[in-house]
Amino acid sequence: MTVLTQGHSVTEEARNRRFGPLYSRNARAVIGRGLMATKSSNWMVMLSGFFEPVLFLLSMGVGMGAVVGSVQGPGGQEISYAAYIAPALLAVSAMNGAAYDSTWNVFFKMNFAKLYQGMLYTSLGPLDVAMGEIFLALLRGLLYATGFTAVMGLMGLITTPWALLMVPASVLIAFGFASFGMGITSFMKTFQQMDWINFIMLPMFLFSATFYPLSVYPEYIQWLIQAMPLWHGVELLREINSATFTSATAIHIGYYVVMIVLGLMLTTGRLRSLFLK
Amino acid sequence: MPAKAAGAAPPQYVITAENLTKTYGDVTAVDGISFSVSAGESFGLLGPNGAGKSTTMKMIGGVAQRTSGSLTIMGLDPEQHGPEVRAHLGVVPQQDNLDEELKVRDNLLVYGRYFGLPMSYLRPKADELLEFAQLTDKAKSKVDALSGGMKRRLTIARSLINEPRILLLDEPTTGLDPQARHILWDRLFRLKEQGVTLILTTHYMDEAEQLCDRLIVVDKGRIMAEGSPASLIREYSTREVLELRFGSERNASIAAELEGIGERLETLPDRVLIYTNDGEGALEEVSGRGLRPLTSLVRRSSLEDVFLRLTGRSLVD
Repeated sequence: MTVLTQGHSVTEEARNRRFGPLYSRNARAVIGRGLMATKSSNWMVMLSGFFEPVLFLLSMGVGMGAVVGSVQGPGGQEISYAAYIAPALLAVSAMNGAAYDSTWNVFFKMNFAKLYQGMLYTSLGPLDVAMGEIFLALLRGLLYATGFTAVMGLMGLITTPWALLMVPASVLIAFGFASFGMGITSFMKTFQQMDWINFIMLPMFLFSATFYPLSVYPEYIQWLIQAMPLWHGVELLREINSATFTSATAIHIGYYVVMIVLGLMLTTGRLRSLFLK
Repeated sequence: MPAKAAGAAPPQYVITAENLTKTYGDVTAVDGISFSVSAGESFGLLGPNGAGKSTTMKMIGGVAQRTSGSLTIMGLDPEQHGPEVRAHLGVVPQQDNLDEELKVRDNLLVYGRYFGLPMSYLRPKADELLEFAQLTDKAKSKVDALSGGMKRRLTIARSLINEPRILLLDEPTTGLDPQARHILWDRLFRLKEQGVTLILTTHYMDEAEQLCDRLIVVDKGRIMAEGSPASLIREYSTREVLELRFGSERNASIAAELEGIGERLETLPDRVLIYTNDGEGALEEVSGRGLRPLTSLVRRSSLEDVFLRLTGRSLVD
């Protein structure tokens, strides 16, 4: 039998890399694993996540739009109802894609597949795992956003080349939800608790000025909606799609930057306390 | 290891633990244990469930933080240098945590990537390890199609992907049928012959006797005894043991009538053990006293007897 446990200089080289206590500069191994696993499964889930907002756009935008007629866009211009809700649905789609990957998927891998326990017995650190998983969530967000933007283009809902910026902006939105979602999921122990996440996301989807303007609410509800992340995503994409850039645009972007930083801090801290007890 | 040979002399011990302690709230899982392991040694932690064996393993792997004491692996503190220490380790955890979403061979490749190893190294290595684990024909199977013993062998193959200096095995054969255990022991024995440092926890005394050069007997987080299996048996037990069964009602009451036979008497609920250097002679003495056991058995002393002597309890309960 061949000698199994010595002799390859390459394993020695791998041991002589520079390591940090929490990070081994190898998040790409986690990403590679995710892509390989996606090849064999998850296709239906991925597709349904893409079609959901498309179906909403068709039924609400085209169907309801026939009744509603045209509405006022962010710059005060008249636009079709479908063009009004399409960017909002894109923001929702970015949120859903990122949230699915970083909540349910992470919950399963953490509590049932024991995947992270296995990873953290290698030379991966918790930060490699967190960054790899969040990147995968963003990749999915990017795919959904690109697909949905293409659908918008086909339906004639895009009128400015600026609208292409909706794709990177969607990734920003997805990043915010993914980094935060993974941190929050780390507190969850049961399926019942996981339902709370839906309990927050569904109302956020329905009420974040997705289907009608914020001005229909009394002022104190407006403040509540404006504190929620999805509203900032909806407004950001609506402004981009109509090429109406104001100081509010910067605030929306800033909101997500802060959300990403806080989310990453939360997630890394939680992974460390969960797995390095 | 030609790359580093010119540097500092390698540490004498690959693992050194001093006064290692771990508490979870009020519970002390590991209570001030000290031991060291030399390169190439096969070292065991023998003890019942809940003795603190797995917790010790987790601290060695740097995935549990000690409460106090010191611990160095390859000269490094696993708490400060987790990823670096684990680059030297292969870990076989108590519960299989294979990647069920990946096929058998892909499990090895992906795991190797976690160590930062290139595919050009991993592809032939994975095939070599599948052969070692006798899983070559299962390379393209799904993990959940494997039997318990196969999963265990795949987990061991996976732990070898980075050519570890130290292999940590936490209860490697628990839950396997006897045949699967023997196949596994054979594979582990080959690794031992190749000079891999094995750290093994078990509550099976036969496993410890087969695989360990040296072991510590652990109970309630403390070290009860340390030595080679043979020396522990010499020190804490007699050469032979006479096991007598008088029926569960009568074992205790009959024990008094057996006083004086052999060196020591141990009464368990289901049998009476007589420790002696001459089992057959002791059995004749029992018959001479007019006692008729339902069954009698003369056997060699094992680590089970050592544990019973040290703690007054059986290993497997």
